[in-house]
Amino acid sequence: MMARLSAGLSRRSTVALAVLLAAFLIAPLVVNDYLLTILILILYFAYAGQAWNIMMGFAGQLSLGHAIYVGLGGYVAATLFTRFGIGPWLGLLAAIPVTAACGAVIGYLAFRFGVAGVYFAILTIAFAEFARIGFDHLDYVNASSGLFLPVKQYAHNDLWLLRGDPTMFYYVILAATVFAFLLCHLLIRSRVGYFWLAIREDEQAARAAGIDTFRYKMYAVMISAAVTSFAGVFYAFFYNNLFPEQVFGISRSIEIILGPIIGGIGTLFGPILGAFVLTGLAEGLNSIMNAFGVDLPGATQVFYGICLLVVVVALPDGVWPPLARRLGLSGDRK
Amino acid sequence: MPLAVYLNVAVGGVLTGLVYGLMALGLSVIFGVVRVVNFAHGEMMTIAMYIAVVMFAWFHLDPLIMLVPIAAVLFVFGYALQASLINPFITRPEHSQFLLLVALAIIIANTLLIIFGPDARAVQTSYAFDSFQIGQMIIDASKVYAGAAAIAFTVALFAFFRFTLLGKAIRACADNHTGALVVGLDVKRLYALTFGLGAACVGAAGAMLVLVVDATPMVGPSYTLLAFVIVITGGLGSMPGALAGGVLIGVTEAMAGLLFTPSAKSMFAFAILVLVLLFRPQGILGKRAA
Repeated sequence: MMARLSAGLSRRSTVALAVLLAAFLIAPLVVNDYLLTILILILYFAYAGQAWNIMMGFAGQLSLGHAIYVGLGGYVAATLFTRFGIGPWLGLLAAIPVTAACGAVIGYLAFRFGVAGVYFAILTIAFAEFARIGFDHLDYVNASSGLFLPVKQYAHNDLWLLRGDPTMFYYVILAATVFAFLLCHLLIRSRVGYFWLAIREDEQAARAAGIDTFRYKMYAVMISAAVTSFAGVFYAFFYNNLFPEQVFGISRSIEIILGPIIGGIGTLFGPILGAFVLTGLAEGLNSIMNAFGVDLPGATQVFYGICLLVVVVALPDGVWPPLARRLGLSGDRK
Repeated sequence: MPLAVYLNVAVGGVLTGLVYGLMALGLSVIFGVVRVVNFAHGEMMTIAMYIAVVMFAWFHLDPLIMLVPIAAVLFVFGYALQASLINPFITRPEHSQFLLLVALAIIIANTLLIIFGPDARAVQTSYAFDSFQIGQMIIDASKVYAGAAAIAFTVALFAFFRFTLLGKAIRACADNHTGALVVGLDVKRLYALTFGLGAACVGAAGAMLVLVVDATPMVGPSYTLLAFVIVITGGLGSMPGALAGGVLIGVTEAMAGLLFTPSAKSMFAFAILVLVLLFRPQGILGKRAA
C-alpha cells in the first residue's frame, strides 16, 4: 500500500507534502478563530474541487452542475438527522448511493444519447437547476424556507454527530481533503485512471483501442458524485442550514470548479492550490477594502473577477503546473 | 377558467418568447460561428437594460426608440471584447473559455451593482398599461411592440447573413474554419464582427425586455441559462430555431405559471431542455452536427 502511495512521487515532493500536512495539523494551535474559519472554507473548496477534478480533470467530462451532488448529499444527511435522529456518518452512507445514482442517471442519459462537450455541460446545469427549483417546492424539506439543523451548546465535541466547535470541523475537513488526495492519487495510477486519460485525450481512439468508454465515463461521474456528496454533508452540519437557492444555485457550481481550473485541471495538487489562491484572494480583497474604508457592494467582486481574468489569460494551464516545474516538484504529472 | 384566459396567457407567452428568442439568437450566432459559449450573455443583456433605464430616466427616451442605438453600443462592446480578449482563446479548451467568460460576467454584474445599487429599476412608459383587445383577448401593448421589434430585428439579421457578402463570409467561417482561412478571409475580424452582432441581438432584446421586466444587476445568470435552454431546444446555429425555441419556452413558462405556480415555471423550461437533449440533441429545427 505504502509503495503504491509513494509511486510516482519524487523524494522532494514527498517531503514537501509531509511538511504541508504538518503545517495543516498544527495550524489550529496558532491561528485565531477568523483564520480558522477561512482555512475550513479553503479545505472545503479543496475537497469539492478534487471531487470535481475526478470527472473533468481525469476523464475530461465537463460538469457545470456539481452543486446538485453537494445539495443532494446535504439534504439527505440533514433530513435523516432532523427527522430520524440518524447521525451524519450513517447519513453519508445514504448520501453516497443517492448522489452516485443521480450521477448515474445524468451520465446514462448523456452518454447513451451521445450528448457531449458543451451540450453535456449544459445538461448538467439543467439538472442542477431542476433540482434547485424542485427542492424549492418540496414541503418535506421545508421548501424555500430552508432546512435548519438544531443548534445547541455542546459541552464537548461530538465527532459521531458532527456537533462541536470549529476546530473539530477543521480536522474533519482536513481528513476528508487528505482522503480525497490519496484517492485521486491512487485512481490516476490505476487501470481506470489510465482509461480515463485515454478518453480525455481522444475518446474515439480510446474506443478503437477497446476501452468501454461508456462504462468508464459512468464510473467517473458516479465516483465524482459520491465523493462530492460528503462536501454537502459537511456543509449542512457546519452551517446548520440548507436553502435550495444557495446549495443548488449555479453560482455554487461555479465556485466549486473555479479552484481546480485556476489551480490546474487534471493535476493532483491543482484543486488544493486553487482553493488556497481563490479563497485567500477573496478574503484578502475583503480585508484590504475594509482597511481602506471602502464600503461599496460589488467592489471586491470586481477585483476578484479581474484577478480571475489575469490568471486565465496569463496561465492557460493554471497556477500549479508552472509552479511545480519551478519548485522542482514535477512528480505530479498533468 | 375560461378559454380566453389560456389564450391571453399563451399569446403573452408567444410575445415574450419572441424577445427571449432574439436574446438566444445572439448566443446561437456567437456559438455557431466562433464556437465559444458566451457565459456572460445575460450580463451583456443587463448592460443593455441599464442603458435603456438610464436613457429613459434622464432624457425620457423610449426604449423602443433606443433599440437601435443600444444595439449599436453592444455591437461595439462585443466587437472589442472578441478582438481583444476572446480571439486568443478560440483554440483553448472549453473550461478555459468558460473561466474567461465567467470572470467577465462577474466583472460586468458587479460593476453594474457598484453604479446602480442592488434595487430593481423599471421603465414606466406612457403605454405601459395600454392593451389591445381582439374579441375576448386582451394583450399588453408593450409586449406587442416588443414582439414586433424582435421579429423585425431577426428578419434584418437573417437578411444580412443571407444576402450580403459579409454575411456570406461569416457563414463560410462557421462552415469551414480552415477553408475560410485558405480563401483569404480575415477570420479574426469576422469573428469579432460576429460577436458584435450577437451582442447587438442581446442588446436589442435587453432594451425591449425592460418594457416587461425590471432591471437588477444580478439578473444576468438566469437569462444566460434561459438563452442556453432556448438555443439548445431550437437547435444551435439555426436562426429560425432560436426564435421557435424562444416562443416554445415563452409559452411553456407562461402556461406553467398559470397552471402551477409562477416560481416553478422555469422548472418546465429545464424539463423541456432535458427532453430535447435526450431525444433530439440537434434541437427542434437544428441539423445534426458532426
